[in-house]
Amino acid sequence: MIYHDVVVVGAGLAGLRAAIAVNQKNVNVAVLTKVHPVRSHSGAAQGGINAAMGNNPRGGFDSVEKHAFDTIKGADYLADQPAALKFTQAAPGVILELEHWGCPFSRMGDGRVAQRPFGGAGFPRTCYAADKTGHVILHTLYEQAVRYEHASERDNFKIYDEWMVTRLVIEEGKCRGVIAYHLATGKVEAIMAEAVIFATGGAGRVYLPTTNAVISTGLGLAIPYWAGVPMKDMEFVQFHPTTIYPTGILMTEGCRGEGGYLTNKDGERFLKNYPDSAKAMETAPRDIVARNMQREINEGRGIDGMYINLDIRHLGAEKIMERLPGIRDIAMNFVGVDPINQPIPVRPGQHYTMGGIDTDENGATCVEGFYAAGECACVSVHGANRLGGNSLLETLVFGKFAGEAAADYVLSKSALKKGDAALKQGLDEELAKFKRLTDGKGEEKAGTIRDELGRLMAEKVGIFRKDEELKEAFKQVKALQKRFESVRVGFSGMKFNQALVMALEVEGNLAMAETIVYGAAVRKESRGSHFRTDFPKRDDENFLRHTVVTWDAAEKKMKPSWKPVILGLFEPKERKY
Amino acid sequence: MAKTAKFRIFRFDPEKDRDFRFQDFDVPYEPGMTILNALFYIQDNIDQSLCFRVSCRAGICGSCAMHIDGKYRLACETQASIALGSRVTIRPLAHLPVVRDLVVDMAPFWAHYKKIQPYLQPGNPDPERERSQTPADRSKLDILIDCILCASCHASCPMTASDEAYLGPAALVKTNRFAVDSRDSALEQRLKIVGDEHGVFRCHTVFNCSLACPKEIDPAGSIANLKRMATKHFLGKPEVR
Repeated sequence: MIYHDVVVVGAGLAGLRAAIAVNQKNVNVAVLTKVHPVRSHSGAAQGGINAAMGNNPRGGFDSVEKHAFDTIKGADYLADQPAALKFTQAAPGVILELEHWGCPFSRMGDGRVAQRPFGGAGFPRTCYAADKTGHVILHTLYEQAVRYEHASERDNFKIYDEWMVTRLVIEEGKCRGVIAYHLATGKVEAIMAEAVIFATGGAGRVYLPTTNAVISTGLGLAIPYWAGVPMKDMEFVQFHPTTIYPTGILMTEGCRGEGGYLTNKDGERFLKNYPDSAKAMETAPRDIVARNMQREINEGRGIDGMYINLDIRHLGAEKIMERLPGIRDIAMNFVGVDPINQPIPVRPGQHYTMGGIDTDENGATCVEGFYAAGECACVSVHGANRLGGNSLLETLVFGKFAGEAAADYVLSKSALKKGDAALKQGLDEELAKFKRLTDGKGEEKAGTIRDELGRLMAEKVGIFRKDEELKEAFKQVKALQKRFESVRVGFSGMKFNQALVMALEVEGNLAMAETIVYGAAVRKESRGSHFRTDFPKRDDENFLRHTVVTWDAAEKKMKPSWKPVILGLFEPKERKY
Repeated sequence: MAKTAKFRIFRFDPEKDRDFRFQDFDVPYEPGMTILNALFYIQDNIDQSLCFRVSCRAGICGSCAMHIDGKYRLACETQASIALGSRVTIRPLAHLPVVRDLVVDMAPFWAHYKKIQPYLQPGNPDPERERSQTPADRSKLDILIDCILCASCHASCPMTASDEAYLGPAALVKTNRFAVDSRDSALEQRLKIVGDEHGVFRCHTVFNCSLACPKEIDPAGSIANLKRMATKHFLGKPEVR
């Protein structure tokens, strides 16, 4: 049986940063990733990464406390405040570390890292590299991973490319390891580990359309969920205001940060007509802008009834080419629009999973030895709505903390390498499941269920929600889960069986959809990204608390509970921009 | 009447098949459909055994480079409308072993990447603040850091075909990216790594890489720059960046 002290699942920014942190403590670590690290969805982040550096002349009075306040206010006060402060305190160090590692940030005239304004932020504190910030940071982290790999003793730091983890093995409340499917050979293996860190990203593909990569499915969350790890605040799903119409590809918030306009079919900057965005206009936070865009479209003021124009023409060709070159390429390649001459058609679309694996501020969960970091985790610092530029930061801050905590845990352990039998049983069960999917008698196609679920979630559990639609959605998710039992993968070879991978991911999407709909139904208030037309006000008295759901494997049922929000720094106030 | 996009796709499982074959697929076309959408349509509805790499579907992850209608390109960025006339042929990246269908073994490509020490080597302790870099120095990195490591350049290069040890255009672009970075101080070592017959001097300036690159990076230009620096270095002339 393969053994590593720590196994990290996922090689995006959180996973790579966690692995480096483990290695820095001289503990053996392996990263299992279903795609090569540089293919991870972290690379698609465009706009930037927040830190109160005060580099921008207009950011001179910025501070980590102000960054924490903006984060908490942006979160509609559902963030745990001490965690949010710890998060923003770590931010400037993260930027310096990235810079020292060679990250090619854009620069100011005096040679320091440049910073731009972003939605919901009091100061320009978003560090960036044109509009390819995620791409350059991901490549920088992978470069460092290669450096650590070079410098390590044999196999002390190892990356397993295209090994897809499909099961987490927990025994007596302790993490024992994972079961993984090696795509290139078709082998399925049990991997023993003292600690496992999940860094599997968000569950964007539960929705259609989404800005998320094809690989960002609900499975990364569903694996620990099925193993009994609680999920927190799943109803909080961020809809990014500007995704390109119709494909859903992201148009960075940087477009608005740099001064872009949103206009309706009459060419009007309609955000001025809504009290919650009248002052900040295009740089109001994402939930508010997305809602007001959707209202315009629903009330017939969209272009062709379908979309809003993102107009950056007035920025001029030079600024567009310098600051937003990737946006221009995408607009030209995918919709044939050159934003220098024409507005870009956009609409709100699923973008980010605020909820996730319930962790503390060191990535620890209620299961000994099991940690999570990045988008799959819910600490929570984003609460009910994440600010742009805070997700890249989250991956690096909490990836590091989780890696350090996992390494310390391994170093503190006396009895190692336990759980042989539990892992063997997990492997057998997993092989039986794969066989059921490839050799079953059913007629359903996983792809059909995937698409039906995505459309259902966008329609009934989208930007605007209400009781009867949520009840209907819950019924339909249950029906789709029933239909999934009849899914058969029409190919039984195990080498690179992508259809099998997709079927496994769809099962994960269905499990996470159930938790999202459930959370949305019980939260009878409107907060951040979660807007109930039947309960349009925030209700701190009843709902200033986290929704928690736990899977009971014995009863095959979801068990709901609540958890208090940790306050202490800023009193909850009404949110206006 | 609904239009049809017509494809001829490379199929091969080296463990099972004696030889590769091409299989024809007809896909109902929708406006805006990309080659990647068409491949998904085939996998979902016609033949679940078809495999190809995919991730971001937005031209930034580098997973889906393949040979489409005579050119290396990203399947996600290529409109399927090119297959509405005559049948379009799709093959995997060349000069890398086939795993199955359109998936190749990228291990040799990553081995070259790792060989060039692809990380910043500043040669002095990290300062308290950021290392200063002027916008002009930073702009030297502009195009080079756009590389998504999709291996289109590697597959299009005749020299990677004939010399397995040749570092190839992608690893050399990465070398150049650090060689021109004002913060890096390992130039001499970098030139030693790339300055032999399996490095820059294997390049025969065919320019296929520069034509193939979906990010318009011009690897041939990077290689020329490294050749110039390596030559000056080995002749003992002062370095010129």
